Amino acid sequence: MSLDKATVARIARLARIRVSEEEQDSLAGELNQIMTWIEQLNEVKTEGVEPMVSVGAIKLPMRDDVVSDGGYPEKVLANAPDGKDGFFTVPKVVE
Amino acid sequence: MADLTTLTLAAARDGIKAKTFSATELTQAHLKAVEQTRALNAFITETPELALKQAAASDAKLAKGEAGALEGLPLGIKDLFCTEGVRTTAASKILSNFVPQYESTITAKLLKAGAVTVGKTNLDEFAMGSSNMTSHFGAVENPWRRAGDNRPLVPGGSSGGSAAAVAARSCLGATGTDTGGSIRQPAAFCGIVGIKPTYGRCSRWGVVAFASSLDQAGPFARTVQDCAILLREMSGFDPKDSTSANIPVPDFEAALTGDIRGLKIGIPKEYRMEGMSAEIDALWQKGIAMLKDAGAEAVEVSLPHTKYALPCYYILAPAEASSNLARYDGVRFGLRAPGSSIEELYENTRAEGFGKEVRRRILIGTYVLSAGYYDAYYRKAQRVRALIAQDFETAFQKVDAILTPTAPSAAFAMGEKSDDPIAMYLNDVFTVTTNLAGLPGISVPAGLSAEGLPLGLQLIGKTFDEAGLLKIAGVLEKQVAFTATPDLGGRA
Repeated sequence: MSLDKATVARIARLARIRVSEEEQDSLAGELNQIMTWIEQLNEVKTEGVEPMVSVGAIKLPMRDDVVSDGGYPEKVLANAPDGKDGFFTVPKVVE
Repeated sequence: MADLTTLTLAAARDGIKAKTFSATELTQAHLKAVEQTRALNAFITETPELALKQAAASDAKLAKGEAGALEGLPLGIKDLFCTEGVRTTAASKILSNFVPQYESTITAKLLKAGAVTVGKTNLDEFAMGSSNMTSHFGAVENPWRRAGDNRPLVPGGSSGGSAAAVAARSCLGATGTDTGGSIRQPAAFCGIVGIKPTYGRCSRWGVVAFASSLDQAGPFARTVQDCAILLREMSGFDPKDSTSANIPVPDFEAALTGDIRGLKIGIPKEYRMEGMSAEIDALWQKGIAMLKDAGAEAVEVSLPHTKYALPCYYILAPAEASSNLARYDGVRFGLRAPGSSIEELYENTRAEGFGKEVRRRILIGTYVLSAGYYDAYYRKAQRVRALIAQDFETAFQKVDAILTPTAPSAAFAMGEKSDDPIAMYLNDVFTVTTNLAGLPGISVPAGLSAEGLPLGLQLIGKTFDEAGLLKIAGVLEKQVAFTATPDLGGRA
């Protein structure tokens, strides 16, 4: 396995984090080191083992499908970097 | 009046009830300690005005005879718990201006019980770290120093600020969160007690998420009894957390009977790692002897998949983190770095807002979840996690609790391990297994290293048996009789 510069660029794009050319090089080295260490999991025989997705046997609870919260747009927008007229704003996405 | 910051939480509670001193006097004494130990950088946001207002309200309640279980007791709150109207940063630049409009379930419960909050404690950014060096708000300094060595030491992490603040007596107790050891390792490094309860015991609602299947909140304090008091108030079912356990909360303080005769304590042979220091091994042997002296029986157990716990964790935790941290996009809250398109806005915001370690973990998480690697890494790690949990299930058929060291070393100096991420990750080698299995674990100060630094022992309990775990921890604490305190000399 090798995690090269192109792979770093691809996953940085997937993660929506800008990574400069120089950083791609150093990150490839660091991530490779970590992934190589992680490879030791391949020593473990896991055929027939059910993947553990959560702790214990807690069954996800159901609740009535009704509105239980809300009605305070000013609170929802209180931390918006650029809230306007009760809306979040983003750069233009449709030409 | 004696220095009120030297009291345990239990003694302070009793003193307030007996009207020996007021909540305001107790709070003022702790606010003074916060100020005097500011050089440790244990707090990101101090809230003295809020604390005094809360203390005055406590005094009014006390006068009317309406005191709650924590009435007037000053606590520190890890800056990962959302607090209404008080900035909550997760020690990240991306949340440096975030002021929650709601209160986390745990802090709401503490406030309802009458607690006073002196401030929001520092941590590793998004709780990712074992040294508190990754905080955007600067590193935290451990109140302890090596004998004859003036270099500042790390308090451990991620809840390093909480541990340092409790050790420095700026508060009687503090909240922490533990995803791979973030309560227990800093408790060990700072010479205090910290417990990570069973997954599901304490609500995660309103706690900034790192890895949701592993994150669990718990208390720090200077004694086992104090931790028991705090844990009871923090625990309980919360419909707002879908993984919260709907089971009764016992009176943990009443469980501290001091009687562990006949209990079986498991000693896992796989925790005797290659290269384990003689000092840590000797501490462990001492702990075994002490529990035997108290009437318990030591039984060797095997946890064969122990060595795979850390690599397993470093797939699962980053995977969950990469998903949880997707919400920081510069649109609804937090930092926004401008961009000419929405894509650019996302990428610039996240590049500028996240620190190096957080970016590294998001990238690892994205990688192991990406097309073509999901089965090889993520599914594989979930299967190994099942085997680790199975190891504990088998061991707990034979024993009541398990005793191990908390961390492989005492506190290290700032910068000593920061160049090598894997060396840093190894700090959690003894603690991470319980997060994967969802079990409760507690760290108790058990002695001093040759350099004069505190060392901790960890007890691991059966699922939802915090009461039994605290009982054994209380006996260990009594046997150890740890009385050393950090010399705050020039720094206080």
